[in-house]
Amino acid sequence: MKLQDKTTSLEQAVARIRDGATVLVGGFGVPGTPFTLLQELRRQGQKNLTLVKNDANETGMGVDHLLRSGQVRKLVVTHIGLNANAIALMNSGGIEVEFCAQGILAERIRAGGAGLPAFLTDIGIGTELAQGKRTVDLDGRSLLVETAIRADAALIHAASADGFGNLTYAATARNFNAAMAMAADVVIAETETLAPLGSLAPDAVHTPGVFVDHVVALPALTEEYGVVRR
Amino acid sequence: MSADSQNAPVKADPRARMVARAAREIAPGMVVNLGIGLPTRVIGHLPDDMPVCLHTENGMTGIGPTLPYERADRNLIDAGGAYVSPIPGTAYFDSTVSFAMVRSGRLDITMLGAFEVAENGDLANWKIPGKFSPGAGGGMELAQKARRVIVLTTHVDRSGNPKLLRRCTLPLTAPNCVSRIFTDMAVIDVTARGFELVERAEGVALADVVAATGATLHLPDEEIPVF
Repeated sequence: MKLQDKTTSLEQAVARIRDGATVLVGGFGVPGTPFTLLQELRRQGQKNLTLVKNDANETGMGVDHLLRSGQVRKLVVTHIGLNANAIALMNSGGIEVEFCAQGILAERIRAGGAGLPAFLTDIGIGTELAQGKRTVDLDGRSLLVETAIRADAALIHAASADGFGNLTYAATARNFNAAMAMAADVVIAETETLAPLGSLAPDAVHTPGVFVDHVVALPALTEEYGVVRR
Repeated sequence: MSADSQNAPVKADPRARMVARAAREIAPGMVVNLGIGLPTRVIGHLPDDMPVCLHTENGMTGIGPTLPYERADRNLIDAGGAYVSPIPGTAYFDSTVSFAMVRSGRLDITMLGAFEVAENGDLANWKIPGKFSPGAGGGMELAQKARRVIVLTTHVDRSGNPKLLRRCTLPLTAPNCVSRIFTDMAVIDVTARGFELVERAEGVALADVVAATGATLHLPDEEIPVF
């Protein structure tokens, strides 16, 4: 028995994303952000995108390139305080922004990856994030319905991957990548190291390759991946 | 661990004294999440030999000292973006697991900043409509689900207006969640009666604390300790 090889060129993998797509983007700040996949999306120019990410990176980095090129219609995020450009676009109406509580965003994505349409929570009750959300009575408590997020594509950054798409992440670069890698119809993982099949210890795999459609080996890391000196 | 542990300017600076006093809320064995800003400075006042597990919501427990840029690991930050380091026993995990810890009550304490705190424990610290709306990040779940929510804040804002109020005017982070407030003027508990003065800062007159508080401040019968 032998496992399929899913390694793909950067161009071919990102070309699977269409205009109008909803795209999950891994990362929390710099760690785990798939900068190379985002740069290629910028180069190919798909339009009218909805991006789901914890944050909007910083001005001049990562998803900010797509904001500046006008390819983004909507952001679904938890915090964009480090990107003044994203805040300005939101305030001017240039993009729509939906804010989620951070763990609720993660859990909505997890639900999308786990085949669950929604879940119930008390997070946000009594705040404006509860406004407009459906409620359900459960054992005498009124709870909010949070709907799953299932996307057209996910852009993932891995520390190492084999050709089948088994992934490992480094330190706090795991963040949203692990849930996002399960929650899209086309899952594209860029990887710092492409490991031969059999060289990743099965017990060490963070994301099983079954969830992953394309593996893109990074030839080198650009400056965007480095330590940010603020 | 950090510059605060040198302790030299603590006496002179009321904020540093507040941070040092707040550190005494943390007991051995606790799991603690410290928010960005003043709360993060609490780390510098914890004894090096005290067992305490710091949690950061981007996916780490067992946070070690912050590193200078030249020694930083590009993949290892806390939720505020500081380059931190592991200690023996550190664990990394994804965002769903991180917030499973938060929502299921595994955090003994979270320390957060505030724009406003109301006498019923309502907290507003994420949005000023028309001026500041970057999103709440993980703040809502921390405020709603940590076993004890402690606020560190200046007693008044930059214009001198009270931040401790009868009711919050800004959008809430979570209702009815704050149990204790540390300011540069006082330590105040939020109880069923409202704000109760616990301690006052050295050199601050009781009348000034009352005047700077935008709600009834209940005073104890006994002498008020000074920190």
